[in-house]
Amino acid sequence: MKIGVLIKQVPDTETKIRVKADASGIEVDGIKYIINPYDEYAVEEGLKTKEKAGGEVVVLSLGPARCVEAIRTALAMGADRGIHIDDAGIPADSYVAAKILANACKNENFDVIFCGKQAIDDDAVQVVQMVAEFLNVPQVMIVEKIELKADKKGAEVHRRIGGGAKEVYDVDFPAVFGCEKGLNTPRYASLPGIMKAKTKPLAALKAGDLIGEAKPKTANVNFRLPPERKAGKILQGEPDQVAKELVKLLREEAKVI
Amino acid sequence: MGNILIIGEHQDGKVKKVTQELVSKAAELALKIGAEVDVVLFGHGIQNPGELGQFGAKKVYVVDTPKLQNYNTEGATKVVADLVGEVKPSVILGTASTLGKDLLPRLAARLGAGLASDCTDLKIQDGKLLATRPIYAGKAFVDVTFESEIQMASARPNSFVAKAANAGASAEVVAKDIDPGTLRAVMKEIVKGKSDKADLTEASIIVSGGRALKSADNFKILNDLADVIGATVGASRAAVDSGYATHDMQVGQTGKVVNPSLYIACGISGAIQHLAGMRTSKVIVAINKDAEAPIFTKADYGIVGDLFQVVPLLTEEFKKALKE
Repeated sequence: MKIGVLIKQVPDTETKIRVKADASGIEVDGIKYIINPYDEYAVEEGLKTKEKAGGEVVVLSLGPARCVEAIRTALAMGADRGIHIDDAGIPADSYVAAKILANACKNENFDVIFCGKQAIDDDAVQVVQMVAEFLNVPQVMIVEKIELKADKKGAEVHRRIGGGAKEVYDVDFPAVFGCEKGLNTPRYASLPGIMKAKTKPLAALKAGDLIGEAKPKTANVNFRLPPERKAGKILQGEPDQVAKELVKLLREEAKVI
Repeated sequence: MGNILIIGEHQDGKVKKVTQELVSKAAELALKIGAEVDVVLFGHGIQNPGELGQFGAKKVYVVDTPKLQNYNTEGATKVVADLVGEVKPSVILGTASTLGKDLLPRLAARLGAGLASDCTDLKIQDGKLLATRPIYAGKAFVDVTFESEIQMASARPNSFVAKAANAGASAEVVAKDIDPGTLRAVMKEIVKGKSDKADLTEASIIVSGGRALKSADNFKILNDLADVIGATVGASRAAVDSGYATHDMQVGQTGKVVNPSLYIACGISGAIQHLAGMRTSKVIVAINKDAEAPIFTKADYGIVGDLFQVVPLLTEEFKKALKE
């Protein structure tokens, strides 16, 4: 089976975001980058699927040169080869990014593609569904369980929806899955894995060669920090007194209940 | 200039509050571009679609078929895309719900439309849509401008107020017979959750617990409070990682980003990732033993104290107050 995994490198969740003085973007100096946390579940699911069905796991990432680190990490976890698509000089919104990734996937002809359910930097939650659309294959998002069918040509997939409920889908491959936390426990890269990763094939592609006629549909302007929340009132007194006071304040001052 | 089309949502046939909110906001925007607000509802057993007229909808297109009894990405994409091809709206708005997050990007890709996701504000500037959205889980904000013919946005629940400005008005209901096409991912089953509470992302009140809860069983005291005030229970990542709560309850950068009117944080210290996930809450209450906990710098009301003492007392006080 040919298994594709799309990963993105994002700022560590500990990052304190700063905005450029001209509001054109965020300051990237000093940011520590990690593999998007949800993408780790995608890599792990790719590896588990290969263990069951054989084949190869190919990791793709679109972004600047630093993304190679993220791909190497996935290779150290056990993926077979990587494809880095350098986006230098290509202004990409979700639409364009999805076109580029979908075109790269078309060339590989994957049976199944695993992605994180969203990237935690721009939180757009668009690229995965758009890739599925451009490839004309079904998608299932927020996936928390995947069971391969006996013939390995499809899967039973559990998707988390609101209020603790879930939906169970029957999906034939090829298909695209957006992976949720809880789907699996991503393995750590072992030392031998890290050594091996250094010699695994890593192709360098250019976004400009995969973009076709696609043009951005949106632009981001006026980056800014949120208004600071001010610390409010600390209620003083015995527990029963403060409980009573809080209920009163929420009903009469804040009027939220 | 075409109209504004809202992708409406319903629960078991009943139109959701998020759709009323969105229609109300769209009615404001429509005035500025001389457009009308139309809605599409798809599914099966849809009740009283015309009532959206009260919130400012002119027409409601209803695609009611047993084939869409259960939500399906491909079916919904085809139905809405076909309708869009016929009625040619300039702006398409939906909700950043589980359904909206699944459907809108796929629809945008099919229509070649720009999409701004999970917006907290929508405006008209120079005759075009300008969408404001949080990025980095709310650590920053950005405005999105559009270069595409069709402009699309999804709105975060609770961002707008549902206003029944035209009391008694009824929208024109237009039944549409559109085939959802071939479905390649087929839903076999829905496993209902234990709770009938609103999802965290749509809840207007949230009671959330942190590691200080010490066990899964202790979440009962939060459930008790939540039952009395009609809240949904959430948790910090620390509580989820300790196994006290399930990950669909997690609020924060790697969990759910929430936007309630009232957020009550119990025994949550307020790590940067958690604060990012709940900072747009209208009112924040913090209950924590540690007076130095960062959560107090963001809270509108704080109680420095033991949650095991304070929360049950709060539950009792709310019971009394809400009975009156």
